[in-house]
Amino acid sequence: MWLNFVVGTLDQGLVYGIMVLGVYLSFRVLDYADLSVDGSFPLGAAIAARLIFDGYNPWLATFLALGGGALAGIFTGLLHTRIRITPLLSGILTMTALYSINLRIMGRSNIPLLRAETIFTRLTEWGVPESLTVTILGSMTVGVIIALLYLFLHTELGFALRATGDNEQMIKSMGVNVSVMKILGLALSNALVAFSGAYAAQAQRFADIGMGIGIIIAGLASVIIGEVLVGTSSILRVLVGVVFGSLVYRLVIAVVLYMGLKPTDLKLMTALLVIVALASPALKTRLRLNNIGR
Amino acid sequence: MKKILGVLLVLSLVVFVAGCGSSGTAEKNNTSQEAGSVSPVKLGIIQIAEHPSLDAAREGFLEVLAENGYEEGKNLVVEYHNAQGDIATANTIAQKLVGDQVDLVLAIATPAAQAIASATDEIPILITAVTDPVAAELVETLEKPNTNVTGTTDMNPVKEQLALVKEFVPEAQKVGIIYNTSEKNSEVQVNIAREVAPELGVELVEVAATSTNEVLQVAQSLVGKVDAIYVPTDNTVVSALASVVQVAEENDIPLIVGEGDSVRQGGLATIGIDYRKLGRQTGEMALRILEDGAKPQDMPIEAQKDYELIINKKAAANMGVEIPQRLLEKADKIFE
Repeated sequence: MWLNFVVGTLDQGLVYGIMVLGVYLSFRVLDYADLSVDGSFPLGAAIAARLIFDGYNPWLATFLALGGGALAGIFTGLLHTRIRITPLLSGILTMTALYSINLRIMGRSNIPLLRAETIFTRLTEWGVPESLTVTILGSMTVGVIIALLYLFLHTELGFALRATGDNEQMIKSMGVNVSVMKILGLALSNALVAFSGAYAAQAQRFADIGMGIGIIIAGLASVIIGEVLVGTSSILRVLVGVVFGSLVYRLVIAVVLYMGLKPTDLKLMTALLVIVALASPALKTRLRLNNIGR
Repeated sequence: MKKILGVLLVLSLVVFVAGCGSSGTAEKNNTSQEAGSVSPVKLGIIQIAEHPSLDAAREGFLEVLAENGYEEGKNLVVEYHNAQGDIATANTIAQKLVGDQVDLVLAIATPAAQAIASATDEIPILITAVTDPVAAELVETLEKPNTNVTGTTDMNPVKEQLALVKEFVPEAQKVGIIYNTSEKNSEVQVNIAREVAPELGVELVEVAATSTNEVLQVAQSLVGKVDAIYVPTDNTVVSALASVVQVAEENDIPLIVGEGDSVRQGGLATIGIDYRKLGRQTGEMALRILEDGAKPQDMPIEAQKDYELIINKKAAANMGVEIPQRLLEKADKIFE
């Protein structure tokens, strides 16, 4: 029972942790509250599930899902930079459009992958026990993504991206094209979110059009919890922190379920968790420091 | 230090709220342990969301168990979880039920059934309110599942329902059909409607609503274009049925619906599934597993045995419809 609980929570924390890294990029690095993720998460699931169901290589399907997410991010970025639609609304527009697109990609509202070959089942050929495939591949993937993001955010381009979120005016005056930076950031962010969706569909063995429900709140909650618990003193710390935040978020939901909370109170718990994390004194002081400037 | 306080605060809050909301399963476990002679049956229930039909199915299932001597707190432990539409949560629930080693799982609606089916291939799973168990890959065939899954499908008798339009309004030509394109369940029903429409001599006018907020507008768009409206068992549209009823009554358009509860809510009539009965039928199947040692692998998926004709007289008056006498005589249930 406990093994199930631990492994299950860990798996979900890792798989959704990839999405949280994406949300961190838009929400904190770019300072852009991007709601497209509620559409790009099921987009990744839809692309991967459809291709796998049609017999394509699961890895190919998963990386095409990542590409699809990047396109969704570019679309949101274009709406914002070219047509000057506010960040919030451009995300909502993409999310709304993706709903129909996801249905078109899937050709139905639910694709089962119960007996399909996925990136996880392939691991069993190498002798990994089936119950641990998601844990192992999930932690490896998260590790690789954190390493790549860490390296990227320390390149010149990465610095420009961070500066775009920190101080748009300053970076403009240095001759950086802010629009391009925003589009790039959103593309990266949504690519990760869709990648996470592709992982989630394969881990739970089905894709459903409703998979986007609760994604943005899970993403924001995990980022905030991670920042409060692990801190933001260095880039590496934050990247590891937000994935840890994802683990804590799933853990809280699991604990609540295991404690026999009334099924109807679950959403209330989720909201309370985020409010408490936001209200925590540690974060308040940090917000004050942020306002002074780094 | 402050950070640690923060963590403690979060966790204590969680514990506190969870404690308040605890449905008292722990106490029940204790009493059942004391009863002691045989260990109680552990039943896990996973439901995808709150919805009147899904709730009715769950209640019907539990009724049958109660009528056959399974008393909660004595020889039955019920662990009921609801994912509130969140699929990640449904997976967490599925893992929990498997971890708790329940003897039997009742899974209500397709994503809930898929979540539990991918978590275990040993624990017997009874599904209900799943429209197409084969397409969802829960079973190999309806006749012989060959998996640890069996149960009941709520495949709606769409043909019979569309035919009802002609029974009430023989001269009807065009029938509007409102559904949410994202619901697999509705998609299947609309496909059937398209197939049978020609032989029934009606033409379908399809309109889609993607959320409950859109239903009113979508229903209004049908005014003047159709002679009747048909609403299948679409969760989104049924949740906002009041909007459709309003439009139908204001414009005298007969409204045929997909299930009994929708008639109670103001639909004109339906012939179809009663979710409480469907749940009861699923409960009967559970008894065969619990008492006769039947295996889900060999138990065919069942459809509702006897469809009911339900008519709402008040709705008929409001929609300007004359109810044919023979339908009144045939009706199983009449709302005055």
